[in-house]
Amino acid sequence: MFDALSERLERVAGRLRSRGRISPADLEEALAEIRTALLEADVELGVARHFIEGVRARLSGQALSASLTPGQQVVKAVHAQLVEALGGQALRLTYASRPPTVVLLAGLQGAGKTTAAAKLARWWRGQGRNPLLVGADLQRPAAVEQLRVLGASAQVRVFSQPGDPVSTAVAGVEEARRLGRDVCIIDTAGRLSVDQELMDEVRRISERTEPHYTFLVVDAMTGQDAAATARAFHDALALDGVVLSKLDSDARGGAALSVKEVVGRPIVFASTGERLEDLDLFHPDRMADRILGMGDVLSLIEQAERTMDQEVVARSAERMLAGRFGLDDFLDQLHQVRKMGSLGGVLRMLPGMNRELRQAADQIDDRQVARVEAIVRSMTPAERADPSIIDGSRRVRIARGSGSSTQEVNQLLKQFKEMQKLMRTVGRGGVPGGRMGRLAAARDLAAAGGLSDALAGLAPPRPPAADLASGRPAARGRKGARKKGGRVTPPKGR
Amino acid sequence: MVLRRRRRTQQGEPAPEPATGSAPTSTPPEPTPPAPPALRERLGRTRGLFAPLRALGARGEVAAAYDAAEEALLRADVGVETTQSLISSLRQSRPVGPGGVLAALADRLAEVFAENPDRSLRVERAPGVVSVWLFVGVNGVGKTTTVGKVALARREQGDSVLLAAADTFRAAAGDQLAQWSERAGVALHRGAPGSDPSSVVFDAIQRAGARGNDLVLVDTAGRLHTKVNLIEELRKIRRVADRPPGRVTEVLLVLDATTGQNALAQARQFTEAVGVTGVVLAKLDGTAKGGVVIPIERQLGLPVKLVGVGEGLADLVPFDPAAFVDALVGA
Ligand SMILES: Nc1nc2c(ncn2[C@@H]2O[C@H](COP(=O)(O)OP(=O)(O)OP(=O)(O)O)[C@@H](O)[C@H]2O)c(=O)[nH]1
Ligand SMILES: Nc1nc2c(ncn2[C@@H]2O[C@H](COP(=O)(O)OP(=O)(O)O)[C@@H](O)[C@H]2O)c(=O)[nH]1
Ligand SMILES: [Mg+2]
Ligand SMILES: [Mg+2]
Repeated sequence: MFDALSERLERVAGRLRSRGRISPADLEEALAEIRTALLEADVELGVARHFIEGVRARLSGQALSASLTPGQQVVKAVHAQLVEALGGQALRLTYASRPPTVVLLAGLQGAGKTTAAAKLARWWRGQGRNPLLVGADLQRPAAVEQLRVLGASAQVRVFSQPGDPVSTAVAGVEEARRLGRDVCIIDTAGRLSVDQELMDEVRRISERTEPHYTFLVVDAMTGQDAAATARAFHDALALDGVVLSKLDSDARGGAALSVKEVVGRPIVFASTGERLEDLDLFHPDRMADRILGMGDVLSLIEQAERTMDQEVVARSAERMLAGRFGLDDFLDQLHQVRKMGSLGGVLRMLPGMNRELRQAADQIDDRQVARVEAIVRSMTPAERADPSIIDGSRRVRIARGSGSSTQEVNQLLKQFKEMQKLMRTVGRGGVPGGRMGRLAAARDLAAAGGLSDALAGLAPPRPPAADLASGRPAARGRKGARKKGGRVTPPKGR
Repeated sequence: MVLRRRRRTQQGEPAPEPATGSAPTSTPPEPTPPAPPALRERLGRTRGLFAPLRALGARGEVAAAYDAAEEALLRADVGVETTQSLISSLRQSRPVGPGGVLAALADRLAEVFAENPDRSLRVERAPGVVSVWLFVGVNGVGKTTTVGKVALARREQGDSVLLAAADTFRAAAGDQLAQWSERAGVALHRGAPGSDPSSVVFDAIQRAGARGNDLVLVDTAGRLHTKVNLIEELRKIRRVADRPPGRVTEVLLVLDATTGQNALAQARQFTEAVGVTGVVLAKLDGTAKGGVVIPIERQLGLPVKLVGVGEGLADLVPFDPAAFVDALVGA
């Protein structure tokens, strides 16, 4: 249901790529997809809208890149914008010259405040600090007991007293001072932003304890309400930062963007599990990937930009479109891909890879590529240039020379023929957009129809690879490409 | 309409509560104070999301009304897919003016909820059978609190209730439930922290059988639906709870009303793992609208059965579709 943004954009990319520049109409279509992706990731509507305006400004009239498909290029721009929006000025934690440094945690019920308090205490201990935990949640049954248990396992002392939360918090800070603790972390009860009385209470805690840092704890699974809640807490407490909890869930976590936008203060920590050690500093780039559902696409894009030898790509693309694409060009392509790392790893990172395919990709053995290579290398130059001359006896020779079976040779040749046919259609149909457009088309073709099919055509050396080789996903891809005739639309699961 | 909430006065002084009545629409409680607030009163805490649509007035453009309706649904966490399909079905009915759009939308939503008419909570009355209700969900949604509230409601309906503290994982979870059992005036069975939760459930049911309790409410530890081993643990709890004299008659998934689209994944996966029979929508007293239950009802056919509207013992009401729709699209 939640398609990765990269997958969506690849779908609209058919038209995007057809010109050297991203046109206003194309841009609108892409922006609509981005909006949907953000909303599905739970980014608040107003925040999403604002974000889209930023992307529009960034992309309008941008020239198409030579090494990226237009879809990839848009993804990259969105990602950059998102990292910027989520990141910005990082919070540099400093310590009060007159200890203790007081840290106040606030948030909705069940957000993860108590757990975060104990985790932070443990974290500061790891930084060589000597914290005190203060239990000022006198509301939820056994909340102080919960903090005491957690404090014990973090080996951090816990202070609390019955009565009212404000005086408990104040007494806690006093206690920290008396004990010479340098950090004092106050856990408060969960409260709704519309609960005037409780919002007043936490405001009074803040006024009386004068925290150096006030953090809002936000559940990563929060929906549209994240923005309104953050605004209310920020109004009451002037937040210094945010702790994002339950990031070990599979939520996209768009709330991070909503909250960051509303509060304008950094997301400092990420909580990723129920154990005390499950606390990390927040990484805007990882969060951006997650919201967009992109896996490692971005790192692939960067690798591709770095590694792809433009000249080689251009040469085989030209030949491809001229219908002169031979097995040598195919080998060139294989080498390009292999330069980027292990084939399984590269395929896994390709945009548009769904989970099923990604799993299959994990099982691809680079040995399969080696086998393709061995077969091609056992051919004479004449055979490579024109595989149609390869008759039965040549097949036997090639098989023997490459240490494979004749079936494997047959399969490869068959796949290659299919691929050539497809390419000729593309060449004839004339991909518009000049060299740039054709390049992109060629690249997609190589990724969609060519490489994976060639691999699929090889008998699997062992059962795990059967998924890909027996062609369940790959076969779907093949059909997709063929059905569309001349139009080069990368099948969804490439 | 902002309704001030009584400050937690309910705690410790059990109030009558028709929370788990089997009638899908709420019958008013006995006039014994403090009466629990009606759902629609509790839900009116913010300016309605549909105020912009209303503001279009009788002579406003229908096109603008669709946009306003779409925006309001998205802001209520209904989700892109369901919102779009609701809007396009609205268009087909060709409503007249913004008022017509609003009325047609309310009808559509009512239809969604009408698909799952059975919102009753089952207790098996056969002799020698102990009914078991499991409360499941991700971390921090409101399971333990809900167990406390339901305990009181069922006790007041005449059931003999035992609580099973099967969250042996979270710090002080047993203590938390123990306080609820005192508040609600029902017995509690608990195991040692860190002990096997399914053995706690087994013992609780044996004990309930011996004592002649009709109903065991099981509070389970919060767990993400993605954690395979924890879901397996829950499966085991369910299997054990079904051993005679136990019989699992409800598996209630507690959802936090502030949760966004991930609630759908939660509902899907908990249902697949342990056969959820109904949803409890907790924390609906906040600013969040809990609109994600619409795709949950529509796509998964899971009925919302109860709604949590506060932290007090009495803050639980049966889910009333009409009141929910009214609170969502109302002024
Ligand atoms: N406002 C409001 N708060 C609620 C409601 N239900 C529960 N809470 C609060 O939400 C917080 C978490 O509730 P719990 O009942 O401990 O949730 P849980 O699912 O048992 O949590 P874990 O066992 O830690 O996973 C507590 O502070 C409750 O008081 C509700 O309907 N409204
Ligand atoms: N899976 C997961 N659970 C968490 C995380 N942080 C807190 N929790 C759990 O969420 C629930 C509520 O946390 P708690 O700290 O009591 O929240 P509080 O009500 O805001 O103090 C507990 O069950 C915690 O164990 C997290 O990062 N991941
Ligand atoms: Mg707490
Ligand atoms: Mg609990």
